[in-house]
Amino acid sequence: MSTADVVTGYSVATSAVSLNGLRKVYGDVVAVANVDLEVRSGEIHALLGENGAGKTTLMRLLYGLAKPDAGSISIDGAAVAITSPKVARAAGIGMVTQHFSLVKTMTVTENLALQDAGFFSLDLAGARRKLLTLCEEIGLEIDPDARIDSLPVAMQQRVEILKALAGGCKVLILDEPTAVLGPQDVDSLLDVIRRLRDTIGLSVILITHKMHEISQVADRVSVLRRGEIVATENASGMSIASITALMVEGIQQEIVETGERSPQGSSVLAIKDLTVHLRGRDVISELNLEVSRGEIVGIAGVSGNGQSELVQALSGVFAHQTGEISVDGKVVKGGSPSAFAEAGFGRLGEDRHASSVSALTVEENLILDRLHFFSKPGLLLKRKIRKFAEDSITNFAIKAKPDQAIGTLSGGNMQKVLLARLFGERPLAAVVSQPTRGLDVVSTRYVRQLLMVERNAGVGILLVSEDLDEILELSDRVLVIFKGKIVGEVARIDFDRVAIGAMMAGV
Amino acid sequence: MKLRIALRANKPWWLSPVLIAIAIIFTFIISAAMIRWAGANPFAAFKYLLGSPLQSKFGITEAILSATPLVLTGGAVALAFRAGYWNIGAEGQLLAGATCATFVGLHADGIPHWLGIFLVVIAGAFGGMLWAFVPALLRSRLGIDEVVTTLLLNPVALLVVTGLLNGPWRNPETKFPETQVLSENIFFPRVYPGSRIHLGLIIGIVALAICWWVVGRTAGGLKMRAVGLAPGAARIAGLKVEKTLFTTALASGAIAGIAGAGEVAGVAHQLTDGISPGFGYTGVVVATLAALSFPAVLLISFVLGIINVGSFSASRALSIPSTIGEVVQAVLLTTVVSALVFMKFRIVLDKGKRHD
Amino acid sequence: MIETLIGIIGATLRISTPLVFASLGEVITERAGILNLSIEGTMYTGAFVGITVAAQTGSLTTGLIAAIIAGAIVGCVMGFLVITLGVNQHVAGLGLTLLLISASNAANRILFTNKDGMVRVDPWKPFDFAGPIFSQYWLTYAAFLILAPALWWLLWRSGIGIRIRAVGENPESADVAGISVARTRYFALALGGALMAAGGAFITLAFLGSFTINIINGRGWVAIALVIFGRWGIWRTVSGALLFALVSATQQQLRLVPALSDLPFEILLALPYLAVIAGLAITGRNVPYPGAYLKPYRRL
Repeated sequence: MSTADVVTGYSVATSAVSLNGLRKVYGDVVAVANVDLEVRSGEIHALLGENGAGKTTLMRLLYGLAKPDAGSISIDGAAVAITSPKVARAAGIGMVTQHFSLVKTMTVTENLALQDAGFFSLDLAGARRKLLTLCEEIGLEIDPDARIDSLPVAMQQRVEILKALAGGCKVLILDEPTAVLGPQDVDSLLDVIRRLRDTIGLSVILITHKMHEISQVADRVSVLRRGEIVATENASGMSIASITALMVEGIQQEIVETGERSPQGSSVLAIKDLTVHLRGRDVISELNLEVSRGEIVGIAGVSGNGQSELVQALSGVFAHQTGEISVDGKVVKGGSPSAFAEAGFGRLGEDRHASSVSALTVEENLILDRLHFFSKPGLLLKRKIRKFAEDSITNFAIKAKPDQAIGTLSGGNMQKVLLARLFGERPLAAVVSQPTRGLDVVSTRYVRQLLMVERNAGVGILLVSEDLDEILELSDRVLVIFKGKIVGEVARIDFDRVAIGAMMAGV
Repeated sequence: MKLRIALRANKPWWLSPVLIAIAIIFTFIISAAMIRWAGANPFAAFKYLLGSPLQSKFGITEAILSATPLVLTGGAVALAFRAGYWNIGAEGQLLAGATCATFVGLHADGIPHWLGIFLVVIAGAFGGMLWAFVPALLRSRLGIDEVVTTLLLNPVALLVVTGLLNGPWRNPETKFPETQVLSENIFFPRVYPGSRIHLGLIIGIVALAICWWVVGRTAGGLKMRAVGLAPGAARIAGLKVEKTLFTTALASGAIAGIAGAGEVAGVAHQLTDGISPGFGYTGVVVATLAALSFPAVLLISFVLGIINVGSFSASRALSIPSTIGEVVQAVLLTTVVSALVFMKFRIVLDKGKRHD
Repeated sequence: MIETLIGIIGATLRISTPLVFASLGEVITERAGILNLSIEGTMYTGAFVGITVAAQTGSLTTGLIAAIIAGAIVGCVMGFLVITLGVNQHVAGLGLTLLLISASNAANRILFTNKDGMVRVDPWKPFDFAGPIFSQYWLTYAAFLILAPALWWLLWRSGIGIRIRAVGENPESADVAGISVARTRYFALALGGALMAAGGAFITLAFLGSFTINIINGRGWVAIALVIFGRWGIWRTVSGALLFALVSATQQQLRLVPALSDLPFEILLALPYLAVIAGLAITGRNVPYPGAYLKPYRRL
């Protein structure tokens, strides 16, 4: 109990949800170490933490999508074993994640009715009534007969919330709800959250790392770092600066130098006025940036602000894409992966499983994007391929045999194969996305060193990563992306975690 | 206590043969039920089915003859399936190839024998490719599912054949719906004296060898495999997925068409509406049992050839329908694909105990 | 002229009946996310079981019921293969079709060829109402007036229907909502199988009164095309079936037209199939397949 509790005479018995000593381990990765958290009834409790701090795992534990290895969960004072989403819902817990669990081709009413459907019984009329009543109570307006895929994302989110409420939830978990919303929609959502608390006494767990949201709606805020709650404070009245300070408190501020940095050269990648229009809005809006030879430019940003789309735009995937991309001064025409490859531009995608053919061998995957180089006239040059594979294995420290199926490799080794494919024939420039996501410590170290080596060899690298530490460790310059635009640029000597974090949050 | 399915971590070398053996046992049990019902002893039936063709030279050569079209259709289907193109139209492509081969055979008087054979094979390939063209185009340009389009063209091919046999190609002498006996200049020579085994077998083996070599050793083959295994990753690597599907579809059709030419030029020496009792569909069985491996296609074709021949002796000796052979083949297919699922998964008893 | 037209309409309704049964059965299974290529084999099974049981028991209705049950069982077997085991849906469906066709033919030989020849029953007769259009078999009336509306209600207004649609679109969401994806799909397959078998039984119990090899003649495959053509909607699929039957019925009449009598009638017979392919080519682009079509679902 904090000082505030003593003053207000608040008693723990009225907590809506209480987590005690919760722990969850995946293999040798400790996702949730030892969480003690208390959410009071009728409060909006913000859960603040960076990517990898354990927020997602914690919520999966609360919603029955994972079982804790230790600790307990109590609802309204009574301990409950939450073994499935159904049990969680019965206990009054509802969750809205970033992947909506709506059936897109069905209407709002149908999605609501789906939860309670019997065998023959389908109470569409009843679901409709519940929907309209709830809407009236909270002050929302939704067309019950609209198909989900015809609704804008903000509306779909409302439907998700209503679905949870209709199922009788008393504690609503919202996982990064504003990540997919524009500024006006954010304000409306925060308004809705407030109204939910005020009109029906809903308790809300708001997972976010947007400071201004916290300062606007949260009653209390807890900070989650490396699987533990490190602080819980009364949020109402706190300034953004103090909330930010709370989050970065105690974090090492030094940037680790990873070796010498050779000087940079001329511009090798230039993006001019790139705009990508997707799902009714500009996910990237007139974006400009330049990368020089021998430079790593890091793109820092909260996920969902256009980074993935930027990476995809650099292989010309999108139909509605305007703007100019030049490699080494020459504009890349005919946006397709092969056009970019021919221009001397390489790409490491964020999903190594989607970029590799798991049943094919290491050497087959290595040459897949340059088959014409390894065959003459159509016949595969086995010796050349084998040599390339063996060289790659040596140069990139891959623990695998050339004729091993790539699907049997560990994540780290698979990533190294893809990196070998990318850098094996040294490109002029490359975009590298989430290079160490899901990798063990040793592989992570290796990949980061590799990127430095390539940088020093003159490759211009655009680095996209959710891991701010990684960006700060490797980049010569950091560009902060927010809502599809570059909103700030910081040079290495001026790196300041707090300031950059604030820019990422749109402050 | 609950049974659960979990991903298998490692695949011991003995797993695949053991699973296939289990499948064969189940096949026996299920087929035995039907054989019993037909009033015969299952063991005796299987002795005839599998054993009797192997007991005489005639039996073996007839089995090889029976396997010949399957080598080609099995290879055609295996090639297509490897690239992820679900070609179920091998039957129609075979008939189209047979038709084109017949056309050559009707106009081949006076040309040298070697030329006749050559033209007939080309015609067969052409017919098969022609029949595969529209579904291939619809799939690569418009993304329309080839399962339906290739399937629907099968009955159409049969209608073309019967139309020709009842019309312009009707045998003027016998007035039956069959063509006259074709020019000798296109006959496939017998390749094993004293048997009916014809050049088609050699062509089939060569075709399988070429497929095996192309798929395993050329850039085009690697593209095909990548597209079949992971089209998304293939696209990311810059491969042209649609073009690969299109060429594979046509190649598959060509091979099936050659099977048709083989039946006309090597066995029947004329075109009838019974020229293919489902060789195209059996090709799917062969390809699947062979796990899409070309050397295995050869082996499996032979096994099915034995069963085909054996089912006739079984039927004569035991008074059971000769279609029992088809039943056994279909049961075998079903049991084998079911058993091989356990290569990827295993059953786990939820309580710490495990058994495979 | 009018007489010919009326005759064509009457024939259309008759010819479309087995297609309506079978394709609606396939709509249900595909809506649940499963491509059921065992349809041709299931129709065969329905045709064979129907007439065999009818011949043994002397009751056509019993035969029909037996066919429906057989179809449901086939559906469950298909379900076991593709849902529980996770076998590739194309291979499982084709394998089952080959199995069922050869087994039906073999059973036919075993039961009837050795004894008194082909099995025959006295088939249902169509009603004798005013004119060819209304003189239909009761099953035809049932198909259009009872089955189609009932299935529409089932798919769109019942609990099981919304579950079928949910597991076919987004099985993860359905799972999270507490719906058993496996059980729902089994149900869809069993119901679909029953309908397909009924379609086959119509041909032997009403149309022909006997069973022959090749009795289904590819109508199962046509039904699959009709489902895509009908974009998985009940009434649109029924219209597709009617269209196909219309072309079929018309070519029968066209043969009587003197100018066309020289044309080999096989071309006309091929017309319906070609029409379906053309229809697919025109409308088949970017069709809204059910979201989870062909994707097996496992919560590992």
